[in-house]
Amino acid sequence: MTRFRHLHWNALLGLALVGWLLATILLGAFWTPYDPIAIDLAHPFTPPSAAHWLGSDQFGRDVLSRAMLGARISFSIALGTVALVIALGTMLGLCAGFLRGWTDRVLMTVCDAVLAFPGILLALALIAVLGSNKSSIVIALSIAYLPSVTRVVRSAALSIRERDYIEASRVAGDTQLYTIMRHVLPNALPAVMVLATSLFGWAVLSESALSFLGVGVPPPAPTWGNMLSDARPYMEEANWLSLVPGFCIMLTLLGVNLLGDALRDYLDPRGRQ
Amino acid sequence: MIAYIFRRLLLTIPTLLLVSVIVFGLIRLIPGDPAEVMMGPDADPASIASLHHQMGLDEPLPVQFIAWAGRTLHGDLGVSIATGEPVVRLIVTRFQLTAAIVLVSVLLATLIAVSLGMIAAWRRNSSLDLAVVGGATIVLAVPSFWLGLVLLLVFGLKLGWLPVVGYVPFSDGVGAALLFLILPIITLTITESGVLTRMMRASAIDVLNQEYVTHARAKGLPERAVLARHVFPNAFAPTLTLVGLSLGHLLGGIAVIETVFTLPGLGRLMVDSVLARDYPVVQGCLLFTAVIYVAVNLAVDMLYPIFDPRVTAQ
Amino acid sequence: MTRTPLLDIANLCVETASRDGAPGRVLLQDFSLDILPGEFVSVVGESGSGKTMAARAILDLLPPGTRRAGGSIRLSGRELTTLSARQMRQVRGGEVGMVFQEPMVSLNPALTIGRQLEEGLALHRDYNRAERRDRIIEMLRRVRISEPAKRLAAYPHEFSGGMRQRIMLASVMLLKPKLLVADEPTTALDMLSQRDVMEAMTDLARDEGVAVLLITHDLRLVARYTQRMVVVEKGRLVEKGETAQVLRAPSDPYTRKLVDSLPQFQAGKADRGADRPPLLCVENASLCYEGRAGWLFGGAPKPVVHEVSLTVGVGETVALVGASGSGKTTLGRAVLGLKALSGGAIKFDGLDIARMNAADMRKFRRAAQLVFQDPFSSLDPRLKIGEVVGAPLRHEPISAFARRLRVETVLSEVGLPGFADQFAHQISGGQRQRVAIARAIVSWPRLVVADEPVSALDATIQRQVLSLLQKLQDQYGFACLFITHDLAVVGEIADRVAVMSEGCIVEAGETQTVFAAPQHSYTQALLAATPPLFS
Repeated sequence: MTRFRHLHWNALLGLALVGWLLATILLGAFWTPYDPIAIDLAHPFTPPSAAHWLGSDQFGRDVLSRAMLGARISFSIALGTVALVIALGTMLGLCAGFLRGWTDRVLMTVCDAVLAFPGILLALALIAVLGSNKSSIVIALSIAYLPSVTRVVRSAALSIRERDYIEASRVAGDTQLYTIMRHVLPNALPAVMVLATSLFGWAVLSESALSFLGVGVPPPAPTWGNMLSDARPYMEEANWLSLVPGFCIMLTLLGVNLLGDALRDYLDPRGRQ
Repeated sequence: MIAYIFRRLLLTIPTLLLVSVIVFGLIRLIPGDPAEVMMGPDADPASIASLHHQMGLDEPLPVQFIAWAGRTLHGDLGVSIATGEPVVRLIVTRFQLTAAIVLVSVLLATLIAVSLGMIAAWRRNSSLDLAVVGGATIVLAVPSFWLGLVLLLVFGLKLGWLPVVGYVPFSDGVGAALLFLILPIITLTITESGVLTRMMRASAIDVLNQEYVTHARAKGLPERAVLARHVFPNAFAPTLTLVGLSLGHLLGGIAVIETVFTLPGLGRLMVDSVLARDYPVVQGCLLFTAVIYVAVNLAVDMLYPIFDPRVTAQ
Repeated sequence: MTRTPLLDIANLCVETASRDGAPGRVLLQDFSLDILPGEFVSVVGESGSGKTMAARAILDLLPPGTRRAGGSIRLSGRELTTLSARQMRQVRGGEVGMVFQEPMVSLNPALTIGRQLEEGLALHRDYNRAERRDRIIEMLRRVRISEPAKRLAAYPHEFSGGMRQRIMLASVMLLKPKLLVADEPTTALDMLSQRDVMEAMTDLARDEGVAVLLITHDLRLVARYTQRMVVVEKGRLVEKGETAQVLRAPSDPYTRKLVDSLPQFQAGKADRGADRPPLLCVENASLCYEGRAGWLFGGAPKPVVHEVSLTVGVGETVALVGASGSGKTTLGRAVLGLKALSGGAIKFDGLDIARMNAADMRKFRRAAQLVFQDPFSSLDPRLKIGEVVGAPLRHEPISAFARRLRVETVLSEVGLPGFADQFAHQISGGQRQRVAIARAIVSWPRLVVADEPVSALDATIQRQVLSLLQKLQDQYGFACLFITHDLAVVGEIADRVAVMSEGCIVEAGETQTVFAAPQHSYTQALLAATPPLFS
């Protein structure tokens, strides 16, 4: 009983954080306190104050406005990645898990091979090939995450496959495609939804890491990652420049993770029945 | 058991083959002609063509692949375009530092995760448990590179306890070298322990609900023995898999840590060579990390039966 | 002259416990029981009756979320409820031993059985290593585990369910407890293993003078092995007394219901008349599974079903009996075309299943249906009951309205009118099984393969479902291939029976004939292992 209250609590916090993020993004589409890329050499390095709520950077650019734009950029990249990976990964995972046989073996070997490369390095190499823009980052991240998603969906498909109602579907005369769409997919959906929320978090983190390394979305577009990297030389004098973007990433991830956990707890006990 | 080992070994072969094809293919896809990059923008077409021929770049792709594979198996990964050093030597020197940091961090993180996870599961829903879960959740949300920056800010700049930039190789004195490594190791340990703790706690909770644990208690075993002998091995097995995956993924993630702490490790080498279009090095790094990852997971598979003997029967 | 009871439980109460201390749901109340030294007593009830709680409460091993709420438990005069944790640990194993239900999960998969057996012994007794080893080997021999010395280094997954249960028994008896509590020790086992385990347990207990508290739902075991019994319904004790007396003349209506639920072993079916035209013909069917390692190491194919021949006539009920692993389930699937044969043929209405064209296949699918064993796994949790039941009609050329009408008719026939809009997780196991039956008859089948349809259900529910099946069979006239491991059920509902062992049919014929004069040793063993209610 008390445990349920705790669950509630986590979910609410997660919802609040994510809601706040979304609201900021929405707002940022229409209005930011200053132009995020406007340089103001007269007021560099202002600490957080009434004029600049989160301070200004070495070029006098308003940190809050840049953070808001950065949120939108990170969010759109993460969303694109999640959509692409979930769509492809679910399809591949269902086929591998349900059809088994050679389809499964080939897919798993390819997944293992791609998974052998650490995600960041693979994404780096892919970005070197595709160039440093939003869509190529989405593609690079998608390729890096596709094998994990495929594996998770495959596991779900494997266990669903063992259930009697799948065999009942065969007895009723259904084709394999029908069985997958009507019985396997809906029952795999909870696992996929939970995965999607985790994936969103990882995508935001990866995109920030890539930006931090200098291979993300190119300047002058502000992303939290490159804001952090720009702040490094000025860590001592202007510590807010290092703290703000990091906090943004952290709060986003926290919110997404909490939501994902709440989702998983909500879906699990009922599914257990 | 032998059959199990043999089977696992055999299964790595197609994976490694595919890995090498991917590495080879990826590099070929990067825009820009390696010969042009080497000769610089002012070279004349004739010398570029002859360099092409020298490097074997005018052969059909499959032939190039076989030639490259052959050289690789002999330990020749080519020469860095930027520095002229043999790639193998570059990678091996850089890898020592990376490996040291990664191994120590994962070891510490595993120790923390196992103890905290088991205690939290054992005293489920107590305030200790909530603290552990809360802590792990927060840690999971903190980006490792930011944590590194913040730690650097606090302990390096503000408090001045630890050095901020640079690195001293072990050959110059282990103690001095360690000073530079403390912060990166702490950063990685904290970030990795988040996910490992959650996993350990979750599987320990599952195991505690199993009947063989009740049976062990019914025999009159003290709780200590129940936890150590019955809960731990069964709960650790899934976490072990995760440890293997962590090791692999850290080989890449360490690039950002090495950037934050300006350490000349393998991750930084990879990033720098991608930015500089130093293809032989990029190729070498990718191949190397992939092979290490496969090897690590193979090792994990070998250790797994110690904790869950059922896998050998499969 | 009254003897002092070994175990004396008085007014025990168990309830759920919530963290804020609010009173929870009562799981067991006013439970009183006494056991004399060396006596065999059973606590009988269906799932949810609280019988397991009573057993666990003795050793203070209640699951998290439950607690003792009153009453006393005395072991040889000593009050157990007030003992400290350390004192309780000495009682556990040393004086009271416990055997659990699920053999698959009651032994730690990560330790060898030798170590697990040694653990308890090392804790409670002062023998040195060699002595311990000798005692362990001796005990394993007594529970009939072959080659005990070699097996000490084996892991639990290398043993079958029945063997694991006997190992667990050995581990408990090694400590020479005064009381053995067995919580549904044979529920998860097939008939022959059941008999092995029960015989091993009672023999050992009798030899050592150990009292046994048997927790079970199976009245037949109670009748055969225990002297006194107690019946629990929904947490309340409703009847107690000498076993033979209670079973012969139960005074409580619930007990009477339980006794009536038992299949009438010797009753036999009213003869339905002479020869019936064959509907399903299995001719020398064989089925193999590929070798395990598949593409890596070509394993030798293992025959699962070996040259089996069987006929089921129109409207007839044929029972297919065997232990788990005998191939009966696989054969049942093959009969429906769900598994490919590696030899022989299966003919439905004269047509070979493997050679049917699409149109004939559609007709076959409509005419041959399957009822599964596990009511929790056979219904898609995401669909409404109406959709689940109507699925076989999808390929029929009837309108959605007609389909809906048919679904509702069928649901009424199985006793679940108006349930079409509910979901599977909202109804009980017995109700789900009825839904599964409804699904099987919705397309007016001519053959229904029932794969252990009642094994997973409580005794009283079993009776209801079996009656339902028979009533529907009379109404619709379908033939039934009834797969089971329980001979008593066979006796009641089957015209003919085929006994299967290790992939072959060892005996077949009219039920009464086979039961009266079994020819094959396996059939004889099975019959011997099925305890009748009244000896």
